[in-house]
Amino acid sequence: MSTFPFLSVLTVAPAVGGLVVALLPKDKPALVKRVAFVWSVAVFAVAVAMWVAFKAGGPQMQFRESYPWIPTWGVRFTFATDGIALVMLALIALLVPLVILASWHDAEGSRRSVPLYFALILFLESTMIGVFAAADVFLFYVFFEVMLVPMYFLIGSYGGQQRQYAAVKFFLYSLAGGLFMLAAVVGLWVVGGHTFDWQALRHATFATGTERWLFLGFFLAFAIKAPFFPFHTWLPDAGGAAPAGAAALLVGVMDKVGTFGILRYCLPLFPNASKYFAPLGMALALVGVVYAALLAIGQKDLKRLVSYTSIAHFGFIGIGIFAFTTQAASGAVLYMFNHGLATGLLFLVVGMLVARRGSALIGDFGGAGRYAPVLAGVFFFAGMASLALPGTSPFVSEFLVLVGTFTVNKTVAVIATLGIILAAGYVLWMYQRTIQGTPNPALEQVEGMKRRLSAREAVVVTPLIALILVLGFYPKPVLDVINPAVKATLSDVGKSDPAPTAVAVNKEAGK
Amino acid sequence: MQPTTSLAEAVSFASPSGALSSFWLLIAIPLVSAAILLLAGRRADKWGHLLGVASVGVAFVLGLVYFFQLHGMNNRQGVSLNLFQFMPVGRLRVDFGLLYDPLSAMFVLLITGVGFLIHLYAVGYMEHDPGRRRFFGYFNLFVAAMLLLVLGNNYVMLYFGWEGVGLASYLLISFWYLRPSAATAGKKAFLMNRVGDAGFAIGIFLLFASLGTVQYDQVFNNVNKLSAGTVTAVAILLLVGACGKSGQFPLQAWLPDAMEGPTPVSALIHAATMVTAGVYLIARSHPIFDASDAAKTVVVCVGALTLLIGCVIGCAKDDIKRVLAWSTVSQIGYMFLGVGLGGVAYALALIHLLAHGFFKAGLFLGSGSVMHGMNDQTDMRRFGGLRKYMPITWATTGLGYLALIGIPPLSGFFTKEPIIVAAYHHEGWLGWVLGTAALIGSGLTAFYMTRLFVLTFHGPKRWTEDVKHPHESPKIMTIPLIVLAVGSVAAGGLLATSVVGWLTPVFGEQVEHGENWWVTGFTILVTLAGVGLAWALFSKGTALAEQPAGPVVTAARNNLYTDAFNEAVFEMPGKYLTRALVFLDNRGIDGLVNGLAAAVGGGSGRLRRTQTGFVRSYAMSILGGALLVVAAMLAVTLG
Repeated sequence: MSTFPFLSVLTVAPAVGGLVVALLPKDKPALVKRVAFVWSVAVFAVAVAMWVAFKAGGPQMQFRESYPWIPTWGVRFTFATDGIALVMLALIALLVPLVILASWHDAEGSRRSVPLYFALILFLESTMIGVFAAADVFLFYVFFEVMLVPMYFLIGSYGGQQRQYAAVKFFLYSLAGGLFMLAAVVGLWVVGGHTFDWQALRHATFATGTERWLFLGFFLAFAIKAPFFPFHTWLPDAGGAAPAGAAALLVGVMDKVGTFGILRYCLPLFPNASKYFAPLGMALALVGVVYAALLAIGQKDLKRLVSYTSIAHFGFIGIGIFAFTTQAASGAVLYMFNHGLATGLLFLVVGMLVARRGSALIGDFGGAGRYAPVLAGVFFFAGMASLALPGTSPFVSEFLVLVGTFTVNKTVAVIATLGIILAAGYVLWMYQRTIQGTPNPALEQVEGMKRRLSAREAVVVTPLIALILVLGFYPKPVLDVINPAVKATLSDVGKSDPAPTAVAVNKEAGK
Repeated sequence: MQPTTSLAEAVSFASPSGALSSFWLLIAIPLVSAAILLLAGRRADKWGHLLGVASVGVAFVLGLVYFFQLHGMNNRQGVSLNLFQFMPVGRLRVDFGLLYDPLSAMFVLLITGVGFLIHLYAVGYMEHDPGRRRFFGYFNLFVAAMLLLVLGNNYVMLYFGWEGVGLASYLLISFWYLRPSAATAGKKAFLMNRVGDAGFAIGIFLLFASLGTVQYDQVFNNVNKLSAGTVTAVAILLLVGACGKSGQFPLQAWLPDAMEGPTPVSALIHAATMVTAGVYLIARSHPIFDASDAAKTVVVCVGALTLLIGCVIGCAKDDIKRVLAWSTVSQIGYMFLGVGLGGVAYALALIHLLAHGFFKAGLFLGSGSVMHGMNDQTDMRRFGGLRKYMPITWATTGLGYLALIGIPPLSGFFTKEPIIVAAYHHEGWLGWVLGTAALIGSGLTAFYMTRLFVLTFHGPKRWTEDVKHPHESPKIMTIPLIVLAVGSVAAGGLLATSVVGWLTPVFGEQVEHGENWWVTGFTILVTLAGVGLAWALFSKGTALAEQPAGPVVTAARNNLYTDAFNEAVFEMPGKYLTRALVFLDNRGIDGLVNGLAAAVGGGSGRLRRTQTGFVRSYAMSILGGALLVVAAMLAVTLG
């Protein structure tokens, strides 16, 4: 068993890096970027080492560290990770260097400080890692709220049109959710035996009514963060206004805190309430799958479109979580990971297109494949991953979610499966309107459009494409890490997979 | 008189040994080649097409080697090879597993054999296209996906290849992506296929939910444990998938639009491979279909209806590739009819599939050769008298044409006519309906194919101004034509005798119907009548080439209004729905929650400004949102 304090190092290191970067002189942007990039790569290396040291068959929570913080309340800096958090930590550590690389010139456009931009990304990384690594409910809450700050400034200071509006909206929504959670956290401490330790609280029992209220407090915060219908409207604004790199982190990682929170806190701590409210959670998720996909089809702005597709994808994750079967839940966790890769890639590529064209409006494109064929190819690949084509990793997760859900709830699974048709609709139509067809004459005037894929951009997209393909064919390494954690979570809820029905008659599945 | 099927013993596949243990190479070789072609970029422009052709050629040779290996084995049920675990979660065990049995062996030879010829032809056809390397990349990808489709040993692998084929066909159809029509056609094909795929996927879920496995052998050995309702549901869901991929009613509309791709694409997608995937799916799942008479009845009805739709529309089209496309729709209808009849007709349908692979590929490549010589003209009314200028194309197309309409002793006669006989053997009045539909179909087929042949190669010239000297195509294009024509002539007789025996390990021993000279004679008579009528109408000249348009012809020209129907019922309401939702989401739900947020957050002026004046939208959105959630709750509780 490794004794290296992986989790605290991973949490603290990016913050230190952020401080260093922020203190670097403003007139040396090249140096700032290099330091930030190298720092984030080093963090990634630590994350890889942690993945290697993690024992898939070992105890559920590993690398546990605990330091005193506020003894009177029993608040401690406790970190620990299971397989679910591990894959998310790896995803963060992977995406941040790529986002830094992709955002190389993003901050120069605004009049704000370049070092601050990269410092904010590193601060964001630190808080995001903290939120996934925390094993103390209070600590989790603190990271959950602090995480908003760097993102608020990234959107509000470096974003596109309507950035102020989007940033305030993002902040208020999350804050409102956070307040409900704070109430629930305090309540949990009161009735849960005056401790914030996740391991201890897991064995606490509550009165039925209390448990339901506590569940709702957490769930509301997570549903806003995820976001589920009808709390989703902040995301398209934030995703549309944020710089592409920040949007990739926002949608690719930060939103997963919502679904992760449900898995880590709602299900194990409040198993009975989880079962009680599961139909509601599933219904909201199901509405999201169809509703957001339809909205995505109707969007006129590329970044808003991708944001809406993500809401539809979060719907799939939500369905997978509340189905309470191993396939669906493992699929949901894998979905969180794969969605980070696929939508991260999609956002970054859209960012490259937008940077060339100087506009995110779909109507400003048209026939762009003529000018940027390679970028168009990468864009197409990201689109295919987004619609979960077999051969790309999202297929595996989507299939698992659907097949696992089908074994317990056929109607929901069938309706959600129709969502894959809508997914093909929004992806292909987006591609057709931007890349294919008669070239938009205006593109001829835009010099940037003819810029070929630079080496920097190639380095950004290549690891993501490779990972999406490899895990599309061989997802087992990730599944092996996820499966035990999911099994433990489901046994906390007291659910097991149904046996094959073999002779059941299923009329509603006939059509 | 329902032919009885008996699987003598349980389905079990051996482990591969010797050369057969490497049959995964069949998929890997074209896949690697595709990856090289697509990743190498411009550097590979010079030699890319050669690699593309070579990889499929090697796959064909390997296919032959494996074929003889399997041929020499005592137990020919097939060999199964699990490469690695794909999705192991809980009870679900999906392996990346392959199966090589007589059925897949046959498809491998068809895909790689005909595919190789089409690749060869495309070297010449795409010579002047700057995207030729990309084209061969997609082409190889298509072959690899198609081979995975037929070589998988479980339904998830089949689905994997299935969607991969859909991707490749999308890329090929919209190959000239700057043409709006090509982009639209590609999207249409992908979307309609996805509708079918969704049905297929649900079928797989249902199999797993009821049997706990998606593995062919385990599924087939446990079909008898399923309730009648479940079996029928699974079969119908698989059929939905098959209809999407094979262009069968009601998902046929994408197939003729797929003509927007380059001609070798049409040939590959239509004739040889992709559209036969649906037939493969049903033939592969025959234990499931055999267990449900209801599902089989649906299959035969879909087949009979589609074959008539294809014929009727084929008669009215003037675009040579579209006539052939609708002809394909119709011929696959015959195959669906065959597999739906089951029993001895399984093999008949597959024989027709093989023979069709030859003559339809030949016909498509022939039409490409004509277009090549006529400045890419596709309107048959602008052809005429080409026999003198393109003798090889004339001869090969002629043989394909005679084979298709079923003139003895060419292949179509041996393969299509027995399906008609089998249809008449179906019990009850349905047999008469099916048989008669198939019979009328062969008359119509003779009519539209004669029309195509006569308008193109005979009669007076009706060329456009810009065509001065039509020419025969280069050797690299004509050689595949000749090979395919020889196949069209010979294949039927050879296949009819040998394939039934070859497929016995898959479908079991079947009771033969015996001959029915009455039906055979009548079929030939109807066919000749169709030929004669078309010849009389179109051999004379210009005036009749421009048909008068009565209501029937107009309807047929408009694809029997199926496109209009799709647009009116799905597309337009969908557009309005998305627009309405976008409005509602921006004004209503967003505004409402903004209002709340403003109140909670202490009244941010910025936010308050956006929310004034939309009270009605709030009310609307509360109502709409509540309805949505209630509906979803209902769905959830339905279970």
